[in-house]
Amino acid sequence: MTAFAIRRLMQSAIVVLVMSVIVFFGVNIVGDPVDMLINPEADQEDIEIAIRALGLDKPIGEQYLFFLKNAFSGNLGKSFIFGEPALQLILQRMPATMELALAALFMAIVLGIPLGLYAGLRPHSPFSRITMATSILGFSLPTFWVGLMMIMVFAVMLGWLPSTGRGDEATFLGVTSSLFTMNGLSHMVMPALNLALLKISLVIRLTRAGTREAVLQDYIKFARAKGLRQSRIIFVHLLKNILIPVITVLGLEFGGLIAFSVVTETIFAWPGMGKLLIDSIQQLDRPVIVAYLIIIVLIFVVLNLIVDIMYSVLDPRVRLGDRKA
Amino acid sequence: MSAPKPTLAVEDLCTYFFTKSGVVKAVDKVSFEIGAGEVLGLVGESGSGKTVTGFSIVGLIDQPGRIVSGSIRYKGEELIGASEERLRHIRGNRIAMIFQDPTMTLNPVLRIDTQLVEAITAHSDTDARTAWEQSRDALGQVGIPSPEERLKCYPHELSGGMRQRVAIAIAFLNKPNLIIADEPTTALDVTIQAQIIYEAQTLCRKTGTALLWITHDLAVVAGLADRICVMYAGRIVEEGGADNVIDRPLHPYTAGLIGSVPSHNRRGKRLAQIPGSTPSLLNLPEGCAFRTRCKFNDDTCLEEPEVTHPAKDRSLRCFHPVSRGPAP
Amino acid sequence: MSVTEDKAALIVRKPAAAGVETPFMRFRSDFTDSWVATAALAVLCLIILIAVFAPLIAPQNPYDLGQVDIMESRQPPGSRSFQGYIFLLGSDGAGRDLFSAILYGLRISLSVGAMSGVIALAIGSTVGLAAAYLGGRTEAFIMRVVDIQLSFPAILIALMLLAVFGKGVDKIMIALVTVQWAYYARTVRSSALVERSKEYVEAANCLGLSHKRILFRHILPNCLAPLIVVGTVQTAHAIALEATLSFLGVGLPQTEPSLGLLISNGFEYMLSGRYWISFFPGIALLVTIVSINLVGDQLRDVLNPRLQR
Repeated sequence: MTAFAIRRLMQSAIVVLVMSVIVFFGVNIVGDPVDMLINPEADQEDIEIAIRALGLDKPIGEQYLFFLKNAFSGNLGKSFIFGEPALQLILQRMPATMELALAALFMAIVLGIPLGLYAGLRPHSPFSRITMATSILGFSLPTFWVGLMMIMVFAVMLGWLPSTGRGDEATFLGVTSSLFTMNGLSHMVMPALNLALLKISLVIRLTRAGTREAVLQDYIKFARAKGLRQSRIIFVHLLKNILIPVITVLGLEFGGLIAFSVVTETIFAWPGMGKLLIDSIQQLDRPVIVAYLIIIVLIFVVLNLIVDIMYSVLDPRVRLGDRKA
Repeated sequence: MSAPKPTLAVEDLCTYFFTKSGVVKAVDKVSFEIGAGEVLGLVGESGSGKTVTGFSIVGLIDQPGRIVSGSIRYKGEELIGASEERLRHIRGNRIAMIFQDPTMTLNPVLRIDTQLVEAITAHSDTDARTAWEQSRDALGQVGIPSPEERLKCYPHELSGGMRQRVAIAIAFLNKPNLIIADEPTTALDVTIQAQIIYEAQTLCRKTGTALLWITHDLAVVAGLADRICVMYAGRIVEEGGADNVIDRPLHPYTAGLIGSVPSHNRRGKRLAQIPGSTPSLLNLPEGCAFRTRCKFNDDTCLEEPEVTHPAKDRSLRCFHPVSRGPAP
Repeated sequence: MSVTEDKAALIVRKPAAAGVETPFMRFRSDFTDSWVATAALAVLCLIILIAVFAPLIAPQNPYDLGQVDIMESRQPPGSRSFQGYIFLLGSDGAGRDLFSAILYGLRISLSVGAMSGVIALAIGSTVGLAAAYLGGRTEAFIMRVVDIQLSFPAILIALMLLAVFGKGVDKIMIALVTVQWAYYARTVRSSALVERSKEYVEAANCLGLSHKRILFRHILPNCLAPLIVVGTVQTAHAIALEATLSFLGVGLPQTEPSLGLLISNGFEYMLSGRYWISFFPGIALLVTIVSINLVGDQLRDVLNPRLQR
């Protein structure tokens, strides 16, 4: 187990290193790093100072090491617009994005798994057919347009929910989040559902496929032959088997949720890092863009790592394979 | 009715599968009885309907299959049409099953103890501790060494033979009156096979449990069963006492089966075989289903043979019984 | 389907009508098995026709400033324009007839989606074929790049590229191609690997045919079925992605108003209840994507050899 975790950790470190090379050369080769990282409106003297501070006067190999050193110490340049360190800006916005992504993940699980389970157990019932048809629609609907329509219906026409922004926050058990106030929740519902839409469809399909496969397995029939109650067969024997792939995929998709929150945050004016990215792109605030890229790569790598380790904890067969290896 | 009711009485059971390409008569007018403590061998090739018979008894036929008609009585109680809750109570409790492939029957993500304990608590209010102890003892009874450790294992950590012992232990947990064993030794090594058969037999004798042993292997049944039913294409073509059937088969198919067991042949002599192959259940020949492979085939066989009783305690579906001894 | 088989099909075309089923005929009858897919195909063809002939159908050229009057902005659907025609779907913030704008927008969305798809397909399948054929380290390297790229969501990669390059038709094409090529590469490689191990390739090798010929004339045609399926699905993805990026304001410039841009332009009017400016372009986008996806689904079922009925 530990050996496995260490091996996986090494792989992740390599991916991060490779990505850092790509980011670095992306910035250096596609554009002029002076333009990329230093505010073009600064005067000549400031530019000279910044060039030296970022090590841009050194040969490229040394520059990369310098960039690495800076990145590790959290120095990714200052935002042109806010004048604050880019990294700090992003870290400030991260909780809002995480909160949204977690809420969406939660929705995907509590809606997707029961619906998929039902559709898998009763594939021919009208309700299952409707569920599956809707999930196809969920795959095809452009998320941003659905978001607009949600605002139109629930905020403008019905006036049930606020259309934009993040609600009041509260601190609970040391965590500050808008999930803990009613006002915060009412602001959260639409963006979270919007973000979750695609994942709900995905979870429904995965769960259904897994269920349909599992019910044909001998171990389910054997469980029935043991005279177990239907509920125990479904919720222990079946669910435990199909949850493994579903959780794996969801863990990997969590990164997708964070990335896709760029769209949702823009529509619902949600003050997260995705909206910050779009604003930065439009205002050519490059240090923030670079910092976002590095942070998101890190998030993805860490997520992949967590999912892999979780998978080995969940599935006893994988654990054994590791012990033998 | 003063005679004691048999543990299980199956009468004219028909289980059909309604597929897109037609109706498959997997089990057709099958009748047999099993008395208390009796071992009945149900013999037939793959696809002859013996597994479906087993699942029909415990009410586990899935779509598109359905029990069309007939009667299955457990100690006189009709099971066809019984409520799902009643069937559930009988399954695993009064009638237990053992499956063919032990690597597939245990849930891969649940520990052995979970899978044993739940089989007890599903049918009684036993507390967890007692159920666990019973599970441990059950593993010990089927010859599993250090059962306490094995209980903590996941199925994949045990060998195939071990897993089948676990499955047998599960089947015997609630001291059922009948166990349906569906080819429980087919997927195992020959040496393990013998051990498993021995365990099952001893346990049955000890507990007075009746056993329906489904197999394609006549040799297995010969040493184990009290009575034998031979199935062909969804029907029971011959039934009788085990020794009686094996020494004096009446149906040409049974005779062919016995003739093709290698030990019955002298060295160097060509092994007897039944010509042709099992017909598709979708497309059975009219009349006797064995007609097309039978050397005694004539016009009378175009009619469906009814059940006859050529001797005491023997029944047969054939117009041209083999007269004496094993087939040449 | 090999080349010789095609020729054979040509030769026997006449008798085929009298009873022999050509592969195309079987494909057609399999496809039309599902009325949903048939309807989706019909709708898709209609959309393509509309997009191609947009200038002939549209009552107005929405980008000819002489025909657009800012005074007529934000008119609800059904109102009459100064020039006498009816704003079927209303007008947008600049006074353009929304119906015409949608027709022109479809043109841009479809052509960007389709062109990027074709380029990505060409690049991806060449790389995938090379990986499968060369094997060894080259293959390991290419597939590792593909894996890493596919582990990041498409929108993230596209956003990053556009953040570096800036807006523009060419820029968004580069982004869409970059996002898509890996899917084609993976598809072609896996089916080429299966094909490579078959005996006809060995036979071609024994005949001393050139690598190029074996790859493009023998292996590639046999990878066509999965490529077609991935291609349809990817085109739908590309169209949706372009719309999303344009909506975010990082995709196409205002001079190339795709459907995504139209929706984006209507966003600001949404809160004041003028729903139609965003609503109708969205419906057009939705119908396009859904019909492509439905056609793709059916193609997958029909072309999948494992599901051969």
